[in-house]
Amino acid sequence: MATRSISSRIGAVLAAPVIWLARLLNLPLKWWQGMTGTGGMAAFFLAPNMAIFGIFVLLPLVINFAYSMTSGQALFLSDRSYVGGEQYARLMDCGNYLDPTTCREDLFWIALRNTALFVVVQVSMMTVVAMITALILNREIRGRGFWRAVFFFPVLLSPVVVGLIWRWILQREGLLNFILYNVGLEPHVWLTDRFYSFVATVGVSVWAHMGFYTLILLAGLQAIPRDLYEAAEMDGTRAGRVFWRITLPLLMPNLLVVIVLALIRAVQIFDEAYVLTGGGPGTSTLYLTQYIYEVGFASLLRNPGLAAAASIIMGLILVVLTLIQLGLGRRNEKAGERK
Amino acid sequence: MNGTKRVLGASFAALLSASAVQAGDVRLMWYSDGVEGEVIQDLLNRFMEENPDINVTLDNVAYKVIMEQLPIQLESGEGPDIARVTNIKELANHWLDLRPLLSDPAYWDTNFGDQFDWMRPDGSDAIPGFLTQLTLTGGFANQTLFEQAGVEMPGEGATWDDWIAASAEVMQSQQTPAAFAIDRSGHRISGPNVSYGANYIGPDGMPAPVDDGTKTFATKLVDWTNEGLMLKDTWVAAAGSTYRAAADDFINAQIPFYYSGSWQVANLSSKIGDGFDWVATGSPCGTAGCSGLKGGAALVAVKYTKNQDDVVKVMEYLSREDVVKEFSERTLFLPAHKGVIEKGGLNWVTEDKNVGPALDAFVKASSETLPAADALPAWVWGNAYYGALVTRISQVMAGEMSLDDAWVRIDQDIADKVAQGN
Repeated sequence: MATRSISSRIGAVLAAPVIWLARLLNLPLKWWQGMTGTGGMAAFFLAPNMAIFGIFVLLPLVINFAYSMTSGQALFLSDRSYVGGEQYARLMDCGNYLDPTTCREDLFWIALRNTALFVVVQVSMMTVVAMITALILNREIRGRGFWRAVFFFPVLLSPVVVGLIWRWILQREGLLNFILYNVGLEPHVWLTDRFYSFVATVGVSVWAHMGFYTLILLAGLQAIPRDLYEAAEMDGTRAGRVFWRITLPLLMPNLLVVIVLALIRAVQIFDEAYVLTGGGPGTSTLYLTQYIYEVGFASLLRNPGLAAAASIIMGLILVVLTLIQLGLGRRNEKAGERK
Repeated sequence: MNGTKRVLGASFAALLSASAVQAGDVRLMWYSDGVEGEVIQDLLNRFMEENPDINVTLDNVAYKVIMEQLPIQLESGEGPDIARVTNIKELANHWLDLRPLLSDPAYWDTNFGDQFDWMRPDGSDAIPGFLTQLTLTGGFANQTLFEQAGVEMPGEGATWDDWIAASAEVMQSQQTPAAFAIDRSGHRISGPNVSYGANYIGPDGMPAPVDDGTKTFATKLVDWTNEGLMLKDTWVAAAGSTYRAAADDFINAQIPFYYSGSWQVANLSSKIGDGFDWVATGSPCGTAGCSGLKGGAALVAVKYTKNQDDVVKVMEYLSREDVVKEFSERTLFLPAHKGVIEKGGLNWVTEDKNVGPALDAFVKASSETLPAADALPAWVWGNAYYGALVTRISQVMAGEMSLDDAWVRIDQDIADKVAQGN
């Protein structure tokens, strides 16, 4: 009884400033509601979020667009010369869009092509692997909690650390070649091989992020009512049919979230790949974000205007992809409702 | 009322003392190839003992920070008070002209004047700083591997072909992954290019189209890479103009011959120790000469400093003849101070028997550089050329484009950089 009394007193003391603040705000809020109605109140409560969104997302976007219309190496917009759409024209100056060698900014198109290939392969692989892992982790297996932690652990690592770890494994004198040599197999210089370097960036990226997507799918799997499976079992339905007819359709909203998030993340691939392969060999793992980084920040004689134009194009690609995904999602939902 | 006055007075005093501390603060951005970070800290500690009112903070950063982040800080009018940089000509507009602030500008003109054009805008008579070390690109050979292979090391006047042929023999005998490597840098291959007759600078001072000299050496480099003689990891396994040194491969005895520069001497000495014997070879010869490329790291004052007086004191201290001498002796760097060079008698602080002869070899090789190479450190478009060379030659090595396409791309890339820079 005495303990409750002390804790309630502490609670009262802690709550006092909040209550005092609420009372202080009550009067102007009442006045504001009277003036603007409930719509105005919504605007009032949304304003802080909108301000943060505006300052940290919208404003940089506008500034980035302004940069893309300028040229030179100066940092401040006021010191840069306005060139209109010249940077975009330079990026789009191509004889044949499917052949980067015919483009003036061939590295941009190579990076775009590499990114598209990476997205297709990585997102497909990520979705399938995350799905299989989620299905396994959803079963009553021994040490389920431990295995869930194991698969989620790479998500907690910094992308640079992930890149470095795998570089040490795959480099000429790395762990993988050491193992191959010791079991009598021929070592290979993985990171100077175009195919294996690409496979490495895809594989490492899947390894590093799979845990997060597995978790989303696992949540979806656990939300599927058990009685559906029991009914299917009573009917003697085969496991494959259960998966296609029950699990997959009911998991579709989560799957869509996974695909959209994985897709956005894949288009933005940079850190792991940059540390792991540096974009090489040649330009075989040069992705769009690295191209933007190199042009805008890392190259000798930087070109922030061109980098800004490339990033606007990348932003547009992301918007289009997201809209397509959302459109497909809505169509699926409506189809589901009709059924 | 009295209380309020007392509070205000105390606040004012606190503000004054705070601003006094700020006035005595000097930030120095520094990168290290070897042991120079420890040496400069030691020298600065002594300076601070002599000048207790000045606090010099040494920010030890990676070379990448100097190359990628410092230029952006400078463009925004920020940055350290003093910085150690290699990209000295391109950023020349950001350096503080010390001439009107120095107690004895003539001392600087006499001892460091030969390199001022490397670090100031064309046509200016500014004194932005001084070179902490003079560098020269050149080769290193693993003497032990050569001896074990029973291959005689090419002597004076040996060509690039001679060196690669001899290194290839060592590679086969000792089963090393490759015969040689050159750092992934346009600067590094420019000495060899000039040795084959290249001249990057056109008659109007602007970049000239890629000429036969550059084409000859670049073609050799690509062929050697395709034949497995040049270590692929350095050039092929990266994109763009990313810098990569092959020092670790030489240190780990993975290559018998390594082309880099004099700044590696301390690094090799400290990491190889008595692992094997190594020698500096100077630059192998081409058809036009045996040229390396001079360069250096400069300590420059940044014009955005709010503490010019203290910056000048630090710069004057670090440029003193005795300080430069000690810095060079302890870091195993070639000094750029004319007085120190002329007086000679540098006592290199090392027990490594390989170091003295190596530094002597670089001093000797510095007299063999060709005029086309000597013009590059003070040429503002050097980086445009270097970046384009690395990017495109790497693509050829990776099998992505032909050499003929690469020449066209290199000229186009340089033209774009010039258009953007003007």
